[in-house]
Amino acid sequence: MKITNLVKRNRYQDSVTLMQVAVKLREIEGVDEVALMMGTAPNLELMREAGLLEEGQGDAGPNDLIVAVRGEDAAVDAAFSMLEDLLRNEVSTGTGTARGEAISHNLHAGLAALPEANLVLISTPGIYAAAEARKALLQGKHTMLFSDNVSIEDEVALKRLATERGLLLMGPDCGTAIIGGVPLGFANVVRRGKIGVVGASGTGMQEVTSLIDRYGGGVSHAIGTGSRDLSSRVRAEMTLAGLRGLADDQDTEVVMVVSKPPDPAVLARILEVVSEQQKPSVLMFVGTQPGSYRGLGKQEFASTLEEAAKMAVRLAYGYHVEGEPVLGAEGDPLSHGVGQLKEGQRYVRGLFSGGTFCYEAMWQMKGLLDEPVFSNTPSSPDLALPDPHRSRGHTCIDLGSDEFTMGRPHPMIDFSTRSQRILQEAADPEVAVLLLDVVLGFGAHPDPAGALASALRRARDIAANDRRTLPVVAHICGTEGDPQGLEKQRQTLLQAGAIIAPSNAAAAMLAAGIARRVRPQATATKST
Amino acid sequence: MSDNSIADLLRTGPTVLNVGVKTFADTLEQVGARHLHVDWQPPAQGDPQLGALLAAMSDDDTPDSLGARIKAANDEALQGILAADPVWEDVRPAREVWPGMDERVLYHSGPPIEWGRMCGPMQGAVIGCILLEGWARDEHAARHLAASGGVRFEPCHHHGAVGPMAGLVSPSMPVFVVRNTDRGNYSYSSLNEGMGKVLRYGAYSPEVLARLRWMCDVLGPTLQVGIRALGSVPLKPLMAQALQMGDELHNRHVAATSLLFKTLAPALIRALDDRERAASALDPIAANNYFFLNLAMAACKVMLDSALDIPHSTVVVTMARNGVDFGIRVAGTGDRWFTGPAAVPDGVYLPGFTEADAAGDIGDSAITETAGLGGFAMGGAPAVVKVVGGTPDDALDFTRSMHTITLAQNPNWTMPALGFAGTPTGIDVRKVLDTNTLPIINTGIAHREAGVGQVGAGLVRPPMQCFTEALKALGEAVV
Repeated sequence: MKITNLVKRNRYQDSVTLMQVAVKLREIEGVDEVALMMGTAPNLELMREAGLLEEGQGDAGPNDLIVAVRGEDAAVDAAFSMLEDLLRNEVSTGTGTARGEAISHNLHAGLAALPEANLVLISTPGIYAAAEARKALLQGKHTMLFSDNVSIEDEVALKRLATERGLLLMGPDCGTAIIGGVPLGFANVVRRGKIGVVGASGTGMQEVTSLIDRYGGGVSHAIGTGSRDLSSRVRAEMTLAGLRGLADDQDTEVVMVVSKPPDPAVLARILEVVSEQQKPSVLMFVGTQPGSYRGLGKQEFASTLEEAAKMAVRLAYGYHVEGEPVLGAEGDPLSHGVGQLKEGQRYVRGLFSGGTFCYEAMWQMKGLLDEPVFSNTPSSPDLALPDPHRSRGHTCIDLGSDEFTMGRPHPMIDFSTRSQRILQEAADPEVAVLLLDVVLGFGAHPDPAGALASALRRARDIAANDRRTLPVVAHICGTEGDPQGLEKQRQTLLQAGAIIAPSNAAAAMLAAGIARRVRPQATATKST
Repeated sequence: MSDNSIADLLRTGPTVLNVGVKTFADTLEQVGARHLHVDWQPPAQGDPQLGALLAAMSDDDTPDSLGARIKAANDEALQGILAADPVWEDVRPAREVWPGMDERVLYHSGPPIEWGRMCGPMQGAVIGCILLEGWARDEHAARHLAASGGVRFEPCHHHGAVGPMAGLVSPSMPVFVVRNTDRGNYSYSSLNEGMGKVLRYGAYSPEVLARLRWMCDVLGPTLQVGIRALGSVPLKPLMAQALQMGDELHNRHVAATSLLFKTLAPALIRALDDRERAASALDPIAANNYFFLNLAMAACKVMLDSALDIPHSTVVVTMARNGVDFGIRVAGTGDRWFTGPAAVPDGVYLPGFTEADAAGDIGDSAITETAGLGGFAMGGAPAVVKVVGGTPDDALDFTRSMHTITLAQNPNWTMPALGFAGTPTGIDVRKVLDTNTLPIINTGIAHREAGVGQVGAGLVRPPMQCFTEALKALGEAVV
C-alpha cells in the first residue's frame, strides 16, 4: 500500500481537531494509516520516521497542514474527498454565539467580538502561547495558559506582568481550573461549596476536588498555577495571588494548596501568607512527610491527596469522612487473586495518565516495597529507566510525559499507548499487579473504562495462558456528575476484572500489598 | 486593573475567550458558561519570534506602556488622515512645482528603482518622457541616455506626488495641485491621458507624444483657467458622494468623473471666451471614465502625508509598486521603504491576452487602498467586480476583511451596502501580521512590454515581507 501526502498551505488547525479528523478517516475501509499534522520540523521528522512522508514533501512549513494517508487507492481517494468536510465540521460547529458573527481567527478579534470576556483560555502550541498570553494580559484579561513548552523565562515575565496588573495567570501547563463553578480545561463536575483550592498540580487538583465532591463537600474555586509556580525561579507568584484571592473571597471558608514539594524559600513565603489568613488551610505537598514542615498557625499538612480532601471537608463542613470501600475483591478485599500468584510474580507495574498520580504512587509505595521503584519520571536520578518503553523491577510510568505524547493525544484521551503497554506487562512473568489511574471529567475520553476494558481482558487471557493470574488495581478520579459517570465507569472496570481502590494513594498501597503478599489492613495505617 | 480584579473574577465567574483547542469551548457550551471560541491561526504566518514582537507591541491601556505609546501615535496618525480636507486648487507645469526637475530628473511610481531593473512599461514611459522633453532625438538615444546615468530617477512619493501605472512625471507635464486645508500640505499628480496606448502603460509612439504635448500646451493651461476661476473643488465630499453612487475610486470613477464634470464645466465655459478651447478641455473628461483617478490619488496622498513621521505609529502611509518591487512606508519609520517582489495580479484579461502577457504589479494608485478606498471599499461598489473579477459577495467580504486590518472606519466615506459602515482606514502593520491578512488592491494590469497598454484588471496583494520587515524595524525603534 502506498503513502499519499497532501499539503494545505497556511491552514493551521489545533492538534486535537487534527487527531479527531484522523480518527474518522482511519475508519474508512481500506485505509491503513492516517496522519494530519502541522508541518513543524519535529512533526515532519516524526512522519518521516513513521514512513508517512513521500519523497520531496519535506518543504511544508509550520503553518502548513500536511496530511498522510496510507491505504488502497480507492480508499485514499475517499479519505481525501472527505477531508475538507471533516475539517470544516470540526471547526465550525458550536462556536458559542447565536448571533452569527464571523468566526474570529485571532485573540484581538475575539476580544472585539466578546468585549465582556474577563478570562482568556489559551491552548495554542507552546511556541506561540507566551505571545498570546501577553496580549491577553495587556488587554487586562485574566489568563489560563493550558499550553506547555513555554520557557521559564517567559513564565517569570508573564507572571510579573500579571502581578503588576492585578491579574491571574494560571499556567503555563495549567491543565485544570474551576472558577465560580465553571470548568476550564480538563476538569471534573464538582459541587460548589466552601473549599477553595490553589494547585500547581493538575491531576492533583482533579483528585482533591473530585474526592471533596464524593465526600459531600464542595469547591468554591480551584485555581491552577502551572507546575513550576513553586520553583525558586517563579517564587509562587500565582500561588500567592490565588491565596490572596481566596482569602478575600466570600464563598471560600477553607483554603487548600496542592503541589509537588516547593522550593524551601518559596514554602516559607507560602506559610507566611497562609498564616496571616483568618481561614483554616490544608497544605498538601505530594511526596513529602507532613512531619517535615512546621506550621505557623491554622494549617494542617496532609500526606496524600485523599487525606487532604478529608481534612478540608472536616474543616469546612465539620464532619469526619470515612472514605470509600475497595470494590471488586469480594470477601477479603485484599486476598483477591493474591493466593494464586506464582513465586516469580514480584513487581508492581503502574501505568499512569496523570503525572501527579504516578508521583504520589511512587511515594506511597516507597516505604512498603523492599526494592526501589523505577520510572521515566523518577524520584531520584538513579531510578530512571534506561528505556521508558521497557519496565524494570517495580516500575511506574507517566504516560503523559513527552516521550509518549509526541504527536499523539494525551493518554487521558487516547488509550492506545496504555493498552499496548498493559499487554506488554501482562506477558512479563515477573509482574504481580498492574496499577492504573482512570481520569474522568471534561476533556477526558468519553468512556475511559470502556477503552481500557478490552485490554484488561486480553491481559488476563495472556496471563491465564501462562497459568498465571494478574490482579489489576485501578483508581478512578472523577465524580458521578462527570459526563462519563463515576458509577458507570466503576461497573465497566469491575466487569473487566479490576479491583477499584477509593483513591490513588489507596490503590498504590493495595498494589504494594499484593506484590508483597501482605494483607492490606496492615498497610492502611499510613492513611488517615 | 480595577475593572477586572482577581476578586471580581471570583465573584462574578468567568466569561471566557477560548483560544486554541475547541473541546474546551464545547465544555463551556455544555455547562452554559458565557464564552466565544476563536478559530485561532498562528500570527505572523507561524513565525514565533515575530509573534512575540507583535505581542510586546500589542495594545495596552496602561499609561506610558509601549502599547499605550503606540496607540497614542496611531490615534495621532488617524486624526491626521481623517481630519484631512483635500481640495483641488490648481494645475501647474511640473517644473514650476519642482524647479530642479529641469536638470533631467524624472519621477516614477513605486519605491526607488534604477533604469536597469525597470520593467518594460516603465522603461517605455521613461523613453516617452525623454523624447517629450527633447533630451534625446530618438528611442535609441533615449535608451542610451537613461542607461548611462544621464537622467536621474526619483519616486513620485519622495516629492509629495503620485502617478498611476508607470507614474512618469517630466518637467513639462501639467500636474494637479491638491491642498489639505487642515494641515496646509500639498500633493500632486499627473493628468489622466485616457485609455488605450498611453504613456503610463509604456507607450511612446508619435501619437502618444503628440497627445502629451497637447496636454502640456492646451489641456493643462485650460484646466488651470477653469480651476482658478472656481477657486477650489473640495474633493472629500465629492468622493463621499461618488462612493455612494457605486465608485470605489480606484478602478471605478464613473460617478466621480461625472460629478467633477458637473462642477467644472459651467465655470470653465464662463471663464473662457474661446468655446472650442473650453470644449476641447472638457471632451477628455467626458470621454474618460478614469479621468478622476489622478485627483482621487492626489487626495489620498495629501491625507496620508498628514501622518508622516509619527514615532511609534504602526499605520501604513504608502503602498506603491514600480512593476518590480512592491514597497510600503509606515508612519513610525520615516522615509524607509519596506519592499518585496511585485506580484502579477489575479485578474480578468482583455480578449487576446493572458497572465503570461502581464507585467508585475505597478503604480502609485494603491495610495487609494492605503487611504481606505479601492479594494478596501469594494463592498460599496459591487459593479467594479465586472472589471476586476469576482462576485458582489466577494466584494463585501473583501471590505469586511479589510476592517480587520485597519484601525478605524472613515465617518466621511460610508458605504450604503454595508449599513453605511465607514471605509476601512489606517492599515495597522500589527493587524496585518496578527490576522495574516494582506491588503487587497484593485488594479489595472499592464502588458509586460512597453507600449502595448492595458491587458486587464484584477486583484493583487502586497508581499507579506513588506509588513514583516516593517514590524521588525518598528520593533527596533521602540522595544
